[in-house]
Amino acid sequence: MTIRGNDLQPTDIRNPSYFHKVVDCQWACPAHTPVPEYIRLIAHGRYDDAYMINWKSNVFPGILGRTCDRPCEPACRRGRVEDETLSGSRKEPVAICRLKRVAADFKDDLTGRLPKPLPSNGRRIACIGGGPSSLTVARDLAAIGYRVEVFDEGAKLGGMVRTQIPRFRLPEEVIDEECGYAVGAGDVVVHQTRVNSLKDMLGEGFDAIYVGTGAPRGRALDLPGKTEGEKNIHTGIEWLANVSFGHFTTIGKRVIVLGGGNTAMDCCRTARRLGGEKVTVVVRSGFEEMKASPWEKDDAIAEDIPILNFLAPKSFVVEGGKLVGMMFEPVKAVYDDKGRRDLVPTGESDRFIEGDDVLVAVGQENAFPWIERDIGLEFDRWGLPKLDATTFQSSLPTVFFGGDAAFGPKNIIWAVAHGHDAAISIHKHCEGESLSERPAPGVTVISQKMGIHEWSYDNNVAIDPRTKVPHLAKEAALKNIRAEVELGFDVALAVKEAQRCLNCDVQTVFEGPKCIECDACLDICPMDCITFTPNGEEAELRTRLSAPATNFEQSLYVSPALKTGRIMVKDEDVCLHCGLCAERCPTGAWDMHKYFLEMTHAGCRS
Amino acid sequence: MTYIAKPKLHHPALTHNAAGFTRRDYEGTISTLCAGCGHDSISAAIIHACFELNIEPHRVAKLSGIGCSSKSPTYFLGNSHGFNTVHGRMPSVLTGANLANRELIYLGVSGDGDSASIGLGQFAHVMRRGVNMVYVVMNNGVYGLTKGQFSATADRGSKSKKGAVNQDSAIDLASLAILMGATFVARSFSGDKTQLVPLIKAAISHQGAAILDVISPCVAFNNHAGSTKSYDYIREHNEAMNRLDFITGQEPITADYAPGTVTDVLQHDGTTLRLRKLAEDYDPSDKAGALAHIQERAAAGEVATGLLYLDPLPRDLHEGLNTVAAPLNSLPDEALVPGRAALVKINAGLR
Repeated sequence: MTIRGNDLQPTDIRNPSYFHKVVDCQWACPAHTPVPEYIRLIAHGRYDDAYMINWKSNVFPGILGRTCDRPCEPACRRGRVEDETLSGSRKEPVAICRLKRVAADFKDDLTGRLPKPLPSNGRRIACIGGGPSSLTVARDLAAIGYRVEVFDEGAKLGGMVRTQIPRFRLPEEVIDEECGYAVGAGDVVVHQTRVNSLKDMLGEGFDAIYVGTGAPRGRALDLPGKTEGEKNIHTGIEWLANVSFGHFTTIGKRVIVLGGGNTAMDCCRTARRLGGEKVTVVVRSGFEEMKASPWEKDDAIAEDIPILNFLAPKSFVVEGGKLVGMMFEPVKAVYDDKGRRDLVPTGESDRFIEGDDVLVAVGQENAFPWIERDIGLEFDRWGLPKLDATTFQSSLPTVFFGGDAAFGPKNIIWAVAHGHDAAISIHKHCEGESLSERPAPGVTVISQKMGIHEWSYDNNVAIDPRTKVPHLAKEAALKNIRAEVELGFDVALAVKEAQRCLNCDVQTVFEGPKCIECDACLDICPMDCITFTPNGEEAELRTRLSAPATNFEQSLYVSPALKTGRIMVKDEDVCLHCGLCAERCPTGAWDMHKYFLEMTHAGCRS
Repeated sequence: MTYIAKPKLHHPALTHNAAGFTRRDYEGTISTLCAGCGHDSISAAIIHACFELNIEPHRVAKLSGIGCSSKSPTYFLGNSHGFNTVHGRMPSVLTGANLANRELIYLGVSGDGDSASIGLGQFAHVMRRGVNMVYVVMNNGVYGLTKGQFSATADRGSKSKKGAVNQDSAIDLASLAILMGATFVARSFSGDKTQLVPLIKAAISHQGAAILDVISPCVAFNNHAGSTKSYDYIREHNEAMNRLDFITGQEPITADYAPGTVTDVLQHDGTTLRLRKLAEDYDPSDKAGALAHIQERAAAGEVATGLLYLDPLPRDLHEGLNTVAAPLNSLPDEALVPGRAALVKINAGLR
């Protein structure tokens, strides 16, 4: 049967991105960490192996296992396939992030496991900033023989990870350990110094310069009363840094925190630990639109911190030279016909909230006062460097940017991903290769068939609600600012949670010529993913499958025409990867192949 | 055999029918038949049909004999009544159950060995009596459980997996059922659910003896070249007489068919069978014509499928026996056992 104009073309499963996309968590991860693989290793008690897979791809497993923004979790298929009425709880993804921490918590001595650097290639690279993106560049390049010089003003490496994330969320030892592994990857020299001139750096003879200086400036709020109340008005990230270094150890009893992001959540919880008894978070937008991760909001609320929404700050109220609180104007969200939101006053009277101190966490900005504007490095109108979005190269070919310094504040995992990409670019630049040609990921595909009905992975999908991470009791947590609140999974809980993983990287692979169209696979499929049908145009075809395929984000796996002229169409959206199609297939047309995909980092050939 | 249970998780769009059940509620335990067995597809078709008919599972009794086919009731309608009877004797047990409780839906599940060899006599008589049931024959032409000897429905000249050629004539259960007085006779193929599901639904709604002869390839022992019951052979030689749409309630004909090609048959229970004619001169209400046509197709090497014969106004066993409308098992002892005086009276009438 010939394929007509609008008919679906057979899926090319040799294209690495096809099955990569099926592994929702890995696809969503900016660093493309092979999540299901490390979760299986955790379930097998192979924590070192699980850690190394993480270390290779995201450099800071212990840090990220506590602080990651977890783009993987909203993507997790488990959150799409669970049934509240069967499980008795919400549809929830696998606790991927907390399992990553398990690998870090339970790993053994890694001596001998960290790769040995290649011999020196004689090249020198400068990394400005000692945060996660710079250290990623340093690790990737030092490992392949570069000498990397890291410049950071802090006494210890880590950047915002060390200064802005409170110790009750991330212990110091974890930062020390993982920054240590990164700079231990080869010839890395750390200069504890602030770089005040890029022009000077350009004259130092580096083969390339990487700028990973983050978004270091907290946005201020210019409102009436600011100057008068100055002493008790703090910029969130600076205040957090001061607390982190032990410069600030107390705060007023009544604290107002402005802002709805994760920094605001860190500020309010830190204030609770420094003596803040009545800490209130005030946000202009609604609760749902807040930028803070849902779990960070939950953690704040659990520490008796109310979050007040739809209140726009109007003025700082100072009496007798002392800040006593703030005035807020109630607002509401109004959407225009294009769906754009505008916050307009409701007309209700202004609201006064008492406060001895105010922490302003309303955003961060990039700041490059140390970069001369006459050296040929171009900035856009928002003050960000003009960069190639793929290569991270600036208008000066030897200068690269990444992390928050590149495209504004994001989060750690993006910084790491940028670091890997920038390292590839720097290496290619030094080798005189084209930067726009990016290395393909490394892929290994292995059948998981062990016996007629045995697979080398746990395919018995059960209904298990998400395992909660144990927390330190609130009283104890609030007493000690260094006491980590999340205690992490123990082995039993970790294994329980690991088994919720659906092994989406174990792919259903279909060989049309072997198929006898007996319907066994479509009859057994618990999710009604499989259909044998005449070919057609995709949108129309999606409506006449065994179950309608309404999630256009997810691919249809399409076979070439079978003996009857029909095609096999599998909707990848809600497949459980239980392998029953392959178990019930009499001819082996279906098989389960583990698809291990690793991003290729600098200097590696796929 | 698959060791794990089918996961309870289901597609988010899975719907409930008017009886409040999802399609998954009509499943049984996971099949222990060979992977790719046609019987599993027939089980799936029964599940679809019962779901679409809004049948409450506890209103169904599944009865079977012995054989691969007769194991299959375990794999569908897990919440229905089940009776795995003696080899070839399912029709007797089903008849007895039907006599005792006429209100259940009876699903007799059998195979070509169970029905055409050891149970051929029972098969003939249950049709003659017009027991209100759906009799499904999962017909694969071999004895699968004993490793693939020819069964009585294997065509003369067809080859076994080992290469032996069958010398005996085949029993055509559909033709036999028409001859014996079945009032709904259909043939289908396990690999064609678009044909099979409506036929099962129509058979369930039929208030008389309904039989479905479903050709169901045995992947292990009868799916090779030379077999006349393989997936490939049936797909090549399947000659559908008609396409059936099963309609609950009265719906107007909306599709644009050529005049004379669509026949609506109103059934006793208010449902309508809409038949789209595929074979030009085929009339499923003409018993003799149907028998002749099936023979002609067979002589031409084709397998006639679809609704082969239908008497829309069947007479069932209870009508013949003039039993009371209430199920016998619901009657009190006084009504069922009239006592000595009544017996004496009957005996006197026979002297």
